[in-house]
Amino acid sequence: MKLLTHNMLTSHVKGVTKGYPLLIKATEVKVSEVEFNPQFVSRMIPKLEWSALVQAAEEVGHLNDLPTELLPDYENNEEFLRKVHRVLLEVEVLEGSLRCPESGREFPISRGIPNMLLNEDEA
Amino acid sequence: MEPNDGASVKTTKMTKANKKVIRKQLKASHTLLKHEGIETVSYPTQNLVVANGGLGNGVSREQLQDILKGSSSVKCLLMPPNKPYAFVTYGCTEDARQCHAALNGRQLQCQGRTVTLYLSFVDKVESHVGMKAEMPPGLKVLEDFVSPEEEVQLLEAVDWSFCDDPGDNTIQKTLKHRRVKHFGYEFRYDNNNVDKNKPLSGGLPAVCHPVLERCLKEKHISIWPDQLTVNQYQPGQGIPPHVDTHSAFEDTILSLSLGAKTVMDFRHPDGRSVAVVLPRRSLLLMKGESRYLWTHGITPRRLDIVPARDAERSVAVTPDPCDLTLNERGTRTSFTFRKVRHMPCDCAYPSTCDSQRPLEVPQRFSLPCTDVDAVQLEMRFVHTVYDEIAGHFSRTRHSPWPRVGDFLRSLVPGAVVADVGCGNGKYLGINPAVFTLGCDRSHSLVQICADRGFQAFTSDALEVPLRSGVCDACISIAVIHHFSTQERRLTAVKELVRLLKPGGKALLYVWALEQEYNRQKSKYLKERGVGPVEGVEPGSVGQMDTTAARTVGTSSSAAKSSQPELSIHRNRTAFGSQDLLVPWHLRGGVQKEGQEPSHIGEKGALLASGSTPVYHRYYHVFREGELEELCRKVRNATIETSYYDQGNWCVILEKTL
Repeated sequence: MKLLTHNMLTSHVKGVTKGYPLLIKATEVKVSEVEFNPQFVSRMIPKLEWSALVQAAEEVGHLNDLPTELLPDYENNEEFLRKVHRVLLEVEVLEGSLRCPESGREFPISRGIPNMLLNEDEA
Repeated sequence: MEPNDGASVKTTKMTKANKKVIRKQLKASHTLLKHEGIETVSYPTQNLVVANGGLGNGVSREQLQDILKGSSSVKCLLMPPNKPYAFVTYGCTEDARQCHAALNGRQLQCQGRTVTLYLSFVDKVESHVGMKAEMPPGLKVLEDFVSPEEEVQLLEAVDWSFCDDPGDNTIQKTLKHRRVKHFGYEFRYDNNNVDKNKPLSGGLPAVCHPVLERCLKEKHISIWPDQLTVNQYQPGQGIPPHVDTHSAFEDTILSLSLGAKTVMDFRHPDGRSVAVVLPRRSLLLMKGESRYLWTHGITPRRLDIVPARDAERSVAVTPDPCDLTLNERGTRTSFTFRKVRHMPCDCAYPSTCDSQRPLEVPQRFSLPCTDVDAVQLEMRFVHTVYDEIAGHFSRTRHSPWPRVGDFLRSLVPGAVVADVGCGNGKYLGINPAVFTLGCDRSHSLVQICADRGFQAFTSDALEVPLRSGVCDACISIAVIHHFSTQERRLTAVKELVRLLKPGGKALLYVWALEQEYNRQKSKYLKERGVGPVEGVEPGSVGQMDTTAARTVGTSSSAAKSSQPELSIHRNRTAFGSQDLLVPWHLRGGVQKEGQEPSHIGEKGALLASGSTPVYHRYYHVFREGELEELCRKVRNATIETSYYDQGNWCVILEKTL
């Protein structure tokens, strides 16, 4: 699970109203190089919940000097885009879990795959 | 009372005999009227019905012609099949009257029985010529395939004297209706299969080689057969209708008829039947449909009804009463050559295929009436055992559908896309300029996506754990037809729309009830009989989960309800209803391609040699307009376009707010 994916995920447990962002408990994190595409990163930024990304990066120990506020004019700031690129696309949680901030329900992550299936009584 | 003199006694006797004939004739004409609707008349006409003079009584055309010729010229002789009477038409009433006078009460010796003919006049003769019979597809009979000399050699090569000599490489049995001898492999009648690990030493007798070489050279077969069964039938003996076990033998089956001709009956499961004359020294070739789908058998009887003309030709017997007679059977010996099959059969006729037989036909399942029932049904028939077939499923799902690809490529760079029910992820990498997230109910499939480097997670399509409005586009390819109630299908569409931002688009594909549209058969129907059954199955483009049908009796709650029952679909045929269970034949190829067979075995699915497990998936196939109707129930979306694509109904939805 890349942090870009995490940024889109939310808890969907029945009755939960504030299920976002999911808290990451990572036991294994992998960082691998991904080709840098500044345009792609620029286009992703408006889709993100910035504060959730910062929180996630911190939780997995790869904050990487990411500013807590989104910079204006980021499209032309390559240094910034590289930082975002690294956090969004190069950091991956392989093992661990995601926790619903409201209900406390934990969703396991195994071999990089979050299992978001709910039990019958949670749906 | 004084006794009469001799002469008068004789007269009385004659009168008595005549009276008896007349009484019997009347009785016969009553029987004809009562049982056959044949009305006889008391005045002379050109036509006579000859009671007891029919093929059904063992009277042959030649025999009847013989005695009729004695009186006058016969214009027409009709002998309906299996009837105890015949019709004879003369050129004039006078001839018919003379015939009646001469032959009424005549006795004939037929098959060791005495038959008495009773003749009555009829006004008209109705001749019902049956449909012209046609050979089953894939069936051929080659006349004079072996010479009389070869016939002798072949027959002499089979030693029918019993011997317990351990050096004997053959297996001989006397069955109830015939005797048989096996070469190459023993065919076992207890399981109708051969023991593939126990070939008999010695192979096929050398005397057969020239015949088989000719078969290869003339391209009747492409592989040298390795199993021979010799059957010997005495007159009156036969073999029950059967299909040669699919998993035991390869496609083409050869059978030589030696010693005498016979008639073999072929029957299609839909009830059609064709009787085919197998002349002496002919070779029967059964291939494709005639080998896999039609049964063949020989009715135990001494007489066969055959065409009178072309007596030595092989034909499908058309029940034409003008041209039927009887053939008295002699001792016939058949040499049946087959090639033992080592892989499960993957023919296009699963209904008769033991390799494709369901492990256990799911007994009776009804459409769910409650949500709880629906969840159970989908758990069993859409989710639970999918992991077992995920590998095989994924291997059959490699080509993206062109119009789904077009949709994805049309998206603006940087778009966020969710593939809900992504299967093995074949659409996740189509457009590298967008960010695509996949999810599927099957963890095994999601694992395949992850192994390919795609972002994917496990979730249900009814509760997708993504932020509302985060997606520029969504695709749902062959997913919604797996939900078993209208309510759940609607929830699935609403969930897709929830994920979209206003102006975002969702592409939906569902399997269509109409597999023939605008007079075009879908690829699914067209692929019948070609290649693996799942190759282009629309419902399985890579999206859905599957469940084994072998769990026993879990659906009691569903079966109890008064809801309509789910029918089991026959692959590659038109759909009989909208809610059905579609078999998935797990291929033996799974083992071949390196997956351990024990994986399947240990979970209880049968994988004996020659068998493959069959799982059943639930589908609700959509009729025309139904998908649009469903989408119109979603308030905040409009239908941008809808179309039919290769057996699927498709809609592009746009979120309005």
